Amino acid sequence: MGLPIKLSDLEGKVYRGIREIRGSLVVLDPIPGVVFDEIIRIRAPDGIDRLGRVIEVSRDFVIAQVFGDESGLQHDSIVKFTGSTFEIPVSPDVVGRMFNGRFEPIDGLPKISSRDTRDINGNPINPRAREYPNDFIQTGISAIDGMLSLVRGQKLPIFSESGLPHNRVAAQVARQATILGREESFALVFAAMGLKHDEASYFISQFRESGAIDRSVVILNLADDPAIERLITPRIALTIAEYLAFEQDYHVLTILTDMTNYCEALREISAAREEVPGRGGYPGYMYSDLATIYERAGIVKGKKGSLTQMPILTMPGGDKRHPIPDLTGYITEGQIILSRDLHSRGIYPPINVLPSLSRLMRSGIGPDKTRDDHKELSDQLYDAYSRGVKARDLARIVGEMGLSDRERLFLKFADLFEKRFINQGEYENRTIEETLDIGWEVLSILPPEELTRVRESTIEKYYYKAKAAFEGIEK
Amino acid sequence: MRVGEIVKVSGTVVFGRGIPDIEVGEVVEVGEEKLIGEVIRVFEEDFAAQVYEPTSGLKVGDPISGTGKKLVAELGPGLLMNIFDGIGRPLEDLIKLSGPFISRGIKAYMLPRNIKWEFKPTVKAGVEVGPGDVVGEVQETPYLVHKIMIPPFMRGVLKEIYEGEFKVDEPIGIIEIDGEDKKLYMYHEWPVKIARPVQEGGRLPLTTPLITGQRVIDVLFPVAKGGAACIPGGFGTGKTVTLHQLAKWSDTDVVVYIGCGERGNEMAEVLTEFPELQDPRSGRPLMERTVLIANTSNMPVSAREASVYIGITIAEYYRDMGYDVSLMADSTSRWAEAIREISGRLGEMPVERGFPAYLPDKIAEFYERAGRVKVLGRPDRIGSVTVVGAVSPPGGDFNEPVTTHTLRFTGVFWALDADLAYSRHFPSIHWLKSYSLYADSIIQGYVEKAVENNPRLREIWPNVLEEYPRYRVEAMNILTNASEVESIAKIIGEKALPDDQRLLLLTNELIKEGLLRQNAFDPVDSYSEPERSVLILKAIIDFHRMAEKLVRENVPIDRIIESPIVSRIKRIKLDDRKFDAVVELLRDIRDNLSSIAEEYRVSITF
Ligand SMILES: Nc1ncnc2c1ncn2[C@@H]1O[C@H](COP(=O)(O)OP(=O)(O)OP(=O)(O)O)[C@@H](O)[C@H]1O
Ligand SMILES: [Mg+2]
Repeated sequence: MGLPIKLSDLEGKVYRGIREIRGSLVVLDPIPGVVFDEIIRIRAPDGIDRLGRVIEVSRDFVIAQVFGDESGLQHDSIVKFTGSTFEIPVSPDVVGRMFNGRFEPIDGLPKISSRDTRDINGNPINPRAREYPNDFIQTGISAIDGMLSLVRGQKLPIFSESGLPHNRVAAQVARQATILGREESFALVFAAMGLKHDEASYFISQFRESGAIDRSVVILNLADDPAIERLITPRIALTIAEYLAFEQDYHVLTILTDMTNYCEALREISAAREEVPGRGGYPGYMYSDLATIYERAGIVKGKKGSLTQMPILTMPGGDKRHPIPDLTGYITEGQIILSRDLHSRGIYPPINVLPSLSRLMRSGIGPDKTRDDHKELSDQLYDAYSRGVKARDLARIVGEMGLSDRERLFLKFADLFEKRFINQGEYENRTIEETLDIGWEVLSILPPEELTRVRESTIEKYYYKAKAAFEGIEK
Repeated sequence: MRVGEIVKVSGTVVFGRGIPDIEVGEVVEVGEEKLIGEVIRVFEEDFAAQVYEPTSGLKVGDPISGTGKKLVAELGPGLLMNIFDGIGRPLEDLIKLSGPFISRGIKAYMLPRNIKWEFKPTVKAGVEVGPGDVVGEVQETPYLVHKIMIPPFMRGVLKEIYEGEFKVDEPIGIIEIDGEDKKLYMYHEWPVKIARPVQEGGRLPLTTPLITGQRVIDVLFPVAKGGAACIPGGFGTGKTVTLHQLAKWSDTDVVVYIGCGERGNEMAEVLTEFPELQDPRSGRPLMERTVLIANTSNMPVSAREASVYIGITIAEYYRDMGYDVSLMADSTSRWAEAIREISGRLGEMPVERGFPAYLPDKIAEFYERAGRVKVLGRPDRIGSVTVVGAVSPPGGDFNEPVTTHTLRFTGVFWALDADLAYSRHFPSIHWLKSYSLYADSIIQGYVEKAVENNPRLREIWPNVLEEYPRYRVEAMNILTNASEVESIAKIIGEKALPDDQRLLLLTNELIKEGLLRQNAFDPVDSYSEPERSVLILKAIIDFHRMAEKLVRENVPIDRIIESPIVSRIKRIKLDDRKFDAVVELLRDIRDNLSSIAEEYRVSITF
């Protein structure tokens, strides 16, 4: 579909004149035959073509939303109606390519030419046709593998704040979850919305280094690209991801960053349409809108591939209750929350496991998948860590001396858990066995009576061995 | 067919013109693809319809036609074990017609037309029949007998009635109404927005507990059969898992589960699990008593409203057969948001956080359809619909319209707490914030059920029927008092507290760990039999009473805290000997504390 297009290339009606320009919305005279949701192209006197989409049709007017740069728009523009919704050509050749946020190549290679096209809005997966995801993905990061296991077909976002290393964590997941050879048919789809140039080049160089670039599709809407275009960028990415997963048998990992920029574009459009604003000025339908993005993850019965999503968002004001993380959390299958406190104490990755969650974890772990003790162990680690954190809060008020022996022990556990279990190298790739063993090691400083979330038989099997080993290390 | 034309398309709402006699609630077919919609407002010249499918591609001037029908559910055999979308289309049929992704303009009957059901009449030809009368039976699944009833609007003389195998659209008899012969079928249609009628004055008091096998619910905040419960909580606090647990283990005859604006994978989970799991009472796969409705968050918003009404209509229909039905709706907030979105597109005046003024009425109407009733027709039957609605408050803050209005119309409040969820205390139903208005009238029924299930309970605890309610209150008191002590401990540290207060904290922890916490995914503990739950409560309270005596005699609390019996109590629910393990525990508690008494030479007998 690459630009610059010639208006004559397109089938459809051509029309001259815009009645009213309201920011990124344009109002046109009623034109017979214009269909709801169709894509238009507008050529302003500056000679630049812009994409737009019809968002309301009536007897009195047509309203369209313009994706490109709106500043040069003038009343005397030419509007071309394409008659169809936003479609992109798909072909196996997209793998290894780079595009801008409108799917125009930016790698110097020709545009994707294929007659095979897909509507970027996709269609909802029939719930009856879904396969329940239960394939463990080893990311090599203990906090994730041990406590928040990711499975194929899951949508698991990272909730972060500006200044925290979410890009490094995401890049580490992308690098390590996709070890060559083990998974031949792996593909990475990376979509950036409003990303800074240096962030984008960080990701790309990471993909280059690990060799993942050859199996990647990169779609970039950068910070200085039109904001409204961000509404279509993730949909283009997911259309490609679905195509690769469900038609070309790839296991696709899709990284969408930063969803906060996407939501801001949504708010802008809503304000331009003068809709009743919801919480924080975001439109009331933001939940449904985000769902049409996030729900495009999963596994479909009878198809070999899978579509896993890892969206990244920065929480405005670091507040989890802000509408963007809140509505995301209501849709996704858990969340990985990064913490400024851990970061400032030098813990990498600074994942606060307590408010984090992986809802599909339990189906992906256990005897035949990871190890028989995984469920109980992670349950116990959560319990002990949350007691330790409580003791730490208390110590801030009454001082460490005011704690009971038991509380002091849990506090010691929390420190050890953060330092040995959570903390690891950016290039350290732990196996799940290693992760679970470290889990037992840190637990072994607690007496067995305190481990009430594991069965006695599990304690027999793992606890004493780990205790002996750990005491060896300590010496 | 009355045909008009489209004058405006705004998202999911389409405005039409040219059908003067169109009515609110009428189903319309929109555009060339005949998309399904429902008229929601009629203005002087135009009317507005919400469309249940994506509206892209529609244009001004396209046809829109009235069908003369309301949005109906087809009620008859074939609902159980089935999964429908928000407007009642079987998802299996949609796969056959359009593959794994749902495309537009697909039509499918709600009830299967190809299955032949074995119909056995229970009345003879020649009798007079009226609304609700049972005329025959079909074994719908091995688990459930489907009663074929005369529809609520029909009265006449049954001239013929047949026996044998029939499809739902083949007549099973002839009924003469006002001198005219009408065919009688195994199914009928019912407009989903209208509550199905019951006997006049037929609403009965709620006196039986719904036994859910979830201890925090059954023991502390029980719901009555025919009651309504509200379970609000921020994301990830456990609404869906709790509703799944209720759908799995509740002692009802039929379960209607509505996934409204939630995740596709959660429906896939039910579809994979329920056929494998056994109902603890009948031993049959749970799926045989279940009807699923899935309108996931990425499906059209307007169908969310329809999904809730279709679900409750199906629930009422099985109630009318004389069954106990429970309905779970996850999440009613998505339904309310759909109402808000449509209202916004109509340009209506919002009153509260964008919601229209009629939101409370809609919520009330929905929960009013719960109840325990004498149903229409002969023979006399009593049925019930219990409704449990999840609410997803923005930011997890309960002070918002959907939560507050729902609480006005429901009798049970299970308040999910994010802090409990973060420390992995599940179910995260907060014991100080939740309540049940039914508790006083149904806990006796619960303990009776426990005794009935396992008469040994009475041998072990002879006065269980009289004492159980007191034990329950004592547990509540300990939880309340401990929370005050906890807030002091937060300032001065636990160590600085007197021993009796530290005992309170210890018992508090035992109640939380041993009784209230319950892992839905633990094979032993997912379902807690009433007799086991009752006895665990006894073990903990007995422990407390005995330990209280020791502390009063100056036995140091640390000696009691260190005792291995403490972690035994916390772990008891994981013991696969279930009831027997608790019986043994009761004895060991007594022995253990007696030996501590001896050690400190205090003479107490427990
Ligand atoms: N009774 C339980 N036992 C064990 N784990 C539980 C229980 N309840 C909840 N959980 C855990 O909490 C997670 C989140 O629960 P759930 O999906 O029910 O939350 P929710 O309130 O429905 O969230 P949302 O509003 O986002 O849908 C589950 O995936 C599970 O890990
Ligand atoms: Mg849920």
